[in-house]
Amino acid sequence: MQRIGVFICWCGSNIAATVDVKRVAETIKSEPGVVFAENYQYMCSENGQQLIKQAIREHNLTGIVVGACSPRMHEVTFRKAAEEAGLNPYMVEIANIREHCSWIHKDMEEATEKAVILVRTAIAKVKLNAPLTAGESPVTKRALVIGGGIAGIQAALDIAEAGFKVDIVEKNATIGGRMAQLDKTFPTLDCSACILTPKMVDCAQHENIDILSYSEVEDVKGFVGNFHVKIRRKARYVDETKCTGCKLCMEKCPSKKGLNEFNMNLNTRTAIHIPFAQAIPNVAVIDSTQCLKFKTGKCGICQKFCEVGAIDFTQQDTFVERQYGAIVVATGFKPIALDNFNEFGYADNKDVITSLELERLMNAAGPTNGVLLRPSDGQHPHVVTFIQCVGSRDTSGCGKPYCSKICCMYTAKHAMMIREKYPDTEVHVFYIDVRTPGKNYDEFHRRAVEQYGVDYIKGMVGKVYNENGKLMVQGANLIDNEQVTIESDLVVLATAIEPEPSVRKVATLLTASIDTNNFLTESHAKLRPVESPTAGVYLAGVCQGPKDIPETVSQASACAAKVIGLLVKDKLKTNPCVAMPDEMMCNGCSQCANVCAYGAITYLDKEFRIGGGKTEIRRVASVNPAVCQGCGACTVTCPSGAMDLKGFSSKQIMSEVDAICKK
Amino acid sequence: MQEVTENKEFTPNIVAFCCNWCSYAGADLAGSSRMTYPANVKIIRVPCSCRVNPTFILKAYQQGADGVIICGCHPGDCHYVTGNYYTRRRIALLFSMLNYMGIEKERTRLEWVSAAEGQKFSAVMNDFVKTITELGENKRLTDLRVKEGE
Repeated sequence: MQRIGVFICWCGSNIAATVDVKRVAETIKSEPGVVFAENYQYMCSENGQQLIKQAIREHNLTGIVVGACSPRMHEVTFRKAAEEAGLNPYMVEIANIREHCSWIHKDMEEATEKAVILVRTAIAKVKLNAPLTAGESPVTKRALVIGGGIAGIQAALDIAEAGFKVDIVEKNATIGGRMAQLDKTFPTLDCSACILTPKMVDCAQHENIDILSYSEVEDVKGFVGNFHVKIRRKARYVDETKCTGCKLCMEKCPSKKGLNEFNMNLNTRTAIHIPFAQAIPNVAVIDSTQCLKFKTGKCGICQKFCEVGAIDFTQQDTFVERQYGAIVVATGFKPIALDNFNEFGYADNKDVITSLELERLMNAAGPTNGVLLRPSDGQHPHVVTFIQCVGSRDTSGCGKPYCSKICCMYTAKHAMMIREKYPDTEVHVFYIDVRTPGKNYDEFHRRAVEQYGVDYIKGMVGKVYNENGKLMVQGANLIDNEQVTIESDLVVLATAIEPEPSVRKVATLLTASIDTNNFLTESHAKLRPVESPTAGVYLAGVCQGPKDIPETVSQASACAAKVIGLLVKDKLKTNPCVAMPDEMMCNGCSQCANVCAYGAITYLDKEFRIGGGKTEIRRVASVNPAVCQGCGACTVTCPSGAMDLKGFSSKQIMSEVDAICKK
Repeated sequence: MQEVTENKEFTPNIVAFCCNWCSYAGADLAGSSRMTYPANVKIIRVPCSCRVNPTFILKAYQQGADGVIICGCHPGDCHYVTGNYYTRRRIALLFSMLNYMGIEKERTRLEWVSAAEGQKFSAVMNDFVKTITELGENKRLTDLRVKEGE
């Protein structure tokens, strides 16, 4: 005989304000099989859990239902409580009467009625629950970091310092990412390269870190603790083990007209090149779309001059396959394309540039050696106008609906740096709002206004047009309520940022959730901000949402802490809710094996008694519980109905349907 | 066109199957963001939309559900890699079967709702309830023996 206990949580007023919790408990008491029903302010509290444990012991409960918040929140809490009281943790079901009831309904009568049905449904299910025991799987003590920007570098260093092996997979020829392109960093105006490059060198020298540059993740199989990853090592046509980074090849290469991506295409580079002076690894790479050897078959000058014989035009993409226990995604961002923003004249005017381009123009290693010169004629600009929120906070569909978060601060930085270096330059900033929350951030912005005399104009810009060689920036000044036109020499667009497009593929490979803006979704917005809902996958940097360097570094270190916490374990508990065939019904048709995405189903020849003392050998499905992820695809495919899923059996779901439909 | 008679008294009973990773989380987000939808939607949590056997849907209609909605991750984003592709094919087959049985196509719906789409979840549910309310009660497959009590 089943003895079910029901516990209804008030969640303070979160549930109790719209659901009459006492009435729910009273109504449920008379349900068949229910021997105990109680309500309490906070079931998840120490006292609430005590109440559950006591009831389990005193009433010999065989199953419990907790009517509370989402099972995604506290299912684990209540399972633990049950286990401590001697009840199998899988004899617990949660009726979600908060997120799916009290928070979305206003009418108390309606919400209470629904809560009763939801609890009844959970009771119907728990009656068919069976005790389950979690299995164990080993943990591969190695981590993979996808992306070698500051997020990936920080995460890798922290994990490596704890004594675990880490591989950084970077799609470009060098690690460093966007931060390597920056000139200065707010709010201290540290030189970006000065604080980043030591970390890059640390990565290269760390015995636990293996940098796989110019590589991409090709395939991911497996699950937390046991990811099997295939990595494509793109042909760089230079032997990484031989190249010394002497740059002789770059001096000799005759193909000099490739656009320099590192300098935001503001100048050119040779076909064989090292992306920038501090690149890690300090190894050349050949752009095969530009190289004359690849285009015409003639040339090969670099090969002749290379003293160590590192050039290899026959190199092919290779693949490496490795096992990992955990994966950190740190794929970063790019500024959005400005095709939808013709009003700013970015495509037509060389002197309308993005902030990242300005960053390169200000940098000593940039195309102008750090002297601020207009791209069109190489003259010093005397009036520089910044336009903020280009593509950010845009609900028209042309740009991005979110705030890119970093633009207010870097625009203040740029304005300040220009006024510092060239005090005779006039600097204007058009803004919608100035958003500078953060330690010493608002002070930084005020310095730009008060100390450096940057002219901030509240209002949006309607258009930028060229008149007699001058850029006319026409906008509104909302404070003075007037139209303004500023004659400028250089216009800088604080362009919105978006996740690096390759994150889509990574998300698909990892089966990690992604939102409509291509940001990876965290497990819980507040309490599990660095974990993907996919176990063993962690998120660092802008791939999860817009953020600046300090935040990115904090998040990367948080990821590392989570990864270390995972890798120190020798074994992980596996999900016991896996598929299970009824061997008597299985006819060995192998349809379940065909739909299984994990290869968890194999076939065994088993001996069965068929009566009269005889036996026969039949082929039946067999599920490997360590590999099965419990999706249930096989259960529906099975033509004979032999396959079922523990914890979500057909009978259980049918009984839930019944309970909901019962009038 | 079928004539729609609006019945103010009629509140449909709707069963929603939500996959644990995307749509159930989307429903949670709708909840925590206080995005309302009618109380007659009741959610059953399944690990993946591909766990939804078409017989569950038929069973729901037999037991008197007026509408059934299945929600899963967007194609390509399935937590179990390919699960929702199976769902899509199975439900397509089910549609033609329901059509043959005389159950309006609109009573069953398949939607993709990600964990970040609380707003979409609420909008979909509001729209679905509206559709079902306009369609009226599902009588075609209701098993009278069940209704009268076993």
